[in-house]
Amino acid sequence: MSSTTEQRKVNARMKNPLFLLWIIGIVAIAAVPFAMPSLQLLVSFAMAKGLGVLGVTVLLRAGQVSFGHALYFGISAYAGAFLMASMPGTDFVIVLIAGTLGAVLAGLLVGLFVVRYRGIFFGMLNLAFSMIFWSILEKFYHYTGGADGIRLPRPMVLGNTLDHVQFELVLFYTAVVLMVALGWFTTRWFASPVGQLFQTIKTNETRLEYLGVSPRRALLSGYLLSAVLCGVGGVMMGMAQGVVTPEYVWWVRSAEMVFIAVLGGAGSVQGAFLGALIYEFVRTYASVYAGDIWQMILGGFLLIIILFAPGGLIAILNSLFNRGSGKGGTGK
Amino acid sequence: MKHLFVKRAVAATLAAALPMAAFAADKPESLKIGMTAFLTGPASVFGVPARDATEILVENINADGGINGVPIEVSFIDEGAGAESLTSEYRRMVESGGAEVMLASISSGNCQTLAPLAEDLQVPNLMWDCGTQRIFEENDYKYVFRTQANATPEMLASVIYLLKTKPDFKTIAVVNQDYAWGRDSWDIFSTALKAMKPDVEVVAEFFPKFGSPDFSTEISRLQALSPDVILSTSWGGDLDTFVQQASQRGLLNSSTFVLPLAESSLERLGSALTDGHIVGARGDHYFLHPERRDDADFQAFMKQYEEKTGEVSVYPVFHASQAIAALKTAYEKAIADNGVDWPSEEQLLAALEGLEFQGLGRPVTLREDHQGVEAQLMGTSVQTGDYDFATLENIMIFDGAELTTPVGEISTEWVGSLDAGFIDSVSVDTYEN
Amino acid sequence: MNFAIFLLALFDGIAYAALVFIVALGLTLIFGVMRILNVAHGSLYAIGAYASVTLTGYALSLGFAPVLAFPLMIVSAVLVGILIGAPLEKFLLRRIYDKSEVLQLLMTFAVFMILEDVQRLVWGTRPYFDSSALQVLGNVTVFGVTYTAYQMILLPLVAIALLLGMRFFLRHTVTGKLITATTEDREAAQSIGVDADKVFLFTFVIGAILAGLGGALASPTTSILPGMGADMIVLSFAVVATAGLGQIEGAALTALMIGLGRSFAVYLYPEISVLVPYLIMVLVLLVRPEGLFGTPGARKI
Repeated sequence: MSSTTEQRKVNARMKNPLFLLWIIGIVAIAAVPFAMPSLQLLVSFAMAKGLGVLGVTVLLRAGQVSFGHALYFGISAYAGAFLMASMPGTDFVIVLIAGTLGAVLAGLLVGLFVVRYRGIFFGMLNLAFSMIFWSILEKFYHYTGGADGIRLPRPMVLGNTLDHVQFELVLFYTAVVLMVALGWFTTRWFASPVGQLFQTIKTNETRLEYLGVSPRRALLSGYLLSAVLCGVGGVMMGMAQGVVTPEYVWWVRSAEMVFIAVLGGAGSVQGAFLGALIYEFVRTYASVYAGDIWQMILGGFLLIIILFAPGGLIAILNSLFNRGSGKGGTGK
Repeated sequence: MKHLFVKRAVAATLAAALPMAAFAADKPESLKIGMTAFLTGPASVFGVPARDATEILVENINADGGINGVPIEVSFIDEGAGAESLTSEYRRMVESGGAEVMLASISSGNCQTLAPLAEDLQVPNLMWDCGTQRIFEENDYKYVFRTQANATPEMLASVIYLLKTKPDFKTIAVVNQDYAWGRDSWDIFSTALKAMKPDVEVVAEFFPKFGSPDFSTEISRLQALSPDVILSTSWGGDLDTFVQQASQRGLLNSSTFVLPLAESSLERLGSALTDGHIVGARGDHYFLHPERRDDADFQAFMKQYEEKTGEVSVYPVFHASQAIAALKTAYEKAIADNGVDWPSEEQLLAALEGLEFQGLGRPVTLREDHQGVEAQLMGTSVQTGDYDFATLENIMIFDGAELTTPVGEISTEWVGSLDAGFIDSVSVDTYEN
Repeated sequence: MNFAIFLLALFDGIAYAALVFIVALGLTLIFGVMRILNVAHGSLYAIGAYASVTLTGYALSLGFAPVLAFPLMIVSAVLVGILIGAPLEKFLLRRIYDKSEVLQLLMTFAVFMILEDVQRLVWGTRPYFDSSALQVLGNVTVFGVTYTAYQMILLPLVAIALLLGMRFFLRHTVTGKLITATTEDREAAQSIGVDADKVFLFTFVIGAILAGLGGALASPTTSILPGMGADMIVLSFAVVATAGLGQIEGAALTALMIGLGRSFAVYLYPEISVLVPYLIMVLVLLVRPEGLFGTPGARKI
């Protein structure tokens, strides 16, 4: 329970120096295509992944860990790819919407079933569904392209055919807008009555039942939100990559999203994106400069965070910015 | 990127103004190339040998003064690090790392991802190992070339070798890995088999998951069915496990195995691969290549490679040698054709069209659709005692041009249109070992 | 499907189930006692296999008889438990018992990532195969189908012995009872003088030894290569969740269901064999949300 109160305090504090920092952060990201064009694609990937991580973060607020949320990431990407395959030249916005709808539909079907479960069972059932979908993608390879995946060709943008440089810019700034908009929406949702009920599942589920609120319905609402967020992230990632493979749904992908959520600061909206950004950088540069041991570097990085800053990067930032006031929380 | 824009804009303007002039590029300090390969994950059984071989080959070229005095500098990208890292690193190498040519990749999935990207980035890309025949059948590329064969000639060679050496078998079963290669290769193999020998019965089709640790159930079932021939296009740990388990339980005594990728597992399989099974090599790749083993350059390389790695060469080493040979030959041709110190990108692409080059196997040519035409080597396993693993006898080397799908046709349709007469029409050179 | 084929599928299923059970047993023990889902269990499995192959290969090269492979498997498993399991619990896991399960899980995931690279650095990427243990025991022929005695007889026997041994240990020995007591109520156990730290360390080492043993026993039948641990861990997770948390008998039954389901699928409809563990898990949890043998009280985790 202490973590929620802590979180609220953090929220209040954020109004001052940190809020400014986020604004600066977003402006800095928006400047990337001009200031450091070689990083543009990496940052696009990180933002798309960050949206997926935000979905996992939402569930963490209710104390639930999903080991299968890559499912929604993958479903929306495949929905987008199938749409492009059946209707070449579809508009970018329609692909985005179709992908997200695919994730919502899957989220509703799976969600109705898994909201009955908590903890490890919740996590494992999500894993089971993602693995079933993964197997389907591999099995029906005549339709899905199997392990090679299918191409997601560049869509039109509001009726215009763009070259790759222009399209990537469009994609980049769409990701920035989505990141800010959905991040803001999620923060507001946490503060809303539904969001508050949803977060009570973590601290005291029985209280919800006494209040006459169905915990399952509360969990389902959050589950759908998380599926939407993962879905948006997935279809953005698919368009940025130009190809969708079953790897999108593989369990390591899901574990990676949980990993990033904790790295950034479990339960923190900004942490999801910060975590994704740092993760992509560490991963890419570790695989470039230490090809053989990039996994070890990532693992060691995570260990250090868990042992010395269990509140994630966000907690480190908070403590840095609140050093003046004396008691910067390490997240404990 | 800005720099690139300017360069392109200038080039475009100049090209418009002086269409006939040849532009030489400035001779660079070094020729930077990037190569993608699996350094981690199960496919590192191919990626690591290819990397080691590339390092040796590049060192050798540089020791001889490089290409027209320019040394080659190669960096590697790990395909095992996932698609995002791969694509973003590929772009970084091209856009700000100064890579002039890219060599990608092992995985067919990665080839499908990177081919359009190479086109977007306008960087010449030599596909050095991936097998999918779809790349050039479904799309046209200006910047992408393949310096080896594809799944179609590889499978056709296996079918023809099987029909030549064991003409009257009746039943066949397949155990392939459950991913695109396993499925595609069976599509081509079975289509070709049905076209050339329609009376064969397929008694079982198994696609155990990729990386499966256990084939016991499949083997039990195969023993009960006892087909004349068992095909497996698996590779790496999967192939090793399958053959070892099958050998242990005597399945190798009752059925003939057709293993189109087993050349890369010969050393690891040791005595488990008994006599009389059909082994392929995804091209004319074999550390005792009958036409090449007496050549000084071949022997020198094999010695260097064994000293460096402690293992004998496998097909990815040959594929790497072909890509590096194509690179070197193309630059030298472009330099000679245009009389320049260093070719422009356009000159390099022109040189690559129809290029003939030779790595460690027979010479390879690039067709008009950019597909490489490569000979195919097949053989039968035999435990001679000279090595503590099986080597090959009754080796046949098929001419690549006849086995490769004609330009503009789709593999499965073309293969399906063949008939029994095709078997004898193919030119082949036979060697006892 | 005739009776002979039914029997053949049964044998294959049991052999496979035995191996899955041995690995899942360690995982469910650790989970039952410590409430930690140990992702690194898969790495311990892989390292057990690597260690066994290396030791056997070394012994053979010194001219020892292949039968030595069997004691060496146990040696490898114990080495994995003591050299990797013990420090893992003592220096890492112990520091986060008061943290949320997500953090605990991620810590084992981090260890898993590190150990994956450690394996590659030590043993390289080349697949290993050493079937000397398998060859010692020879083959058995049933209905014209040859099986290895190792898979058909030895593995199931080891699995049954471990199941019975673990039951006996937990219910009828002092240490076992201490472990059970700590599982039920850690604070009460500590108040009557049980050293919970010791119990946890002991449990984790036993669990790690079982993982290593699973790997060592698997090693003569399969190629040992990077990534083999990742597959096993997902499968054992499915077993543990389907069985009900910490349920040893449940794990045995689930492993059997998965093993048989898989082998019958190969005979009847090979395309779905990969899906079998997940389908079983979804179906079981649909009917029994706490797992086959789980009790509703376990929901607090």
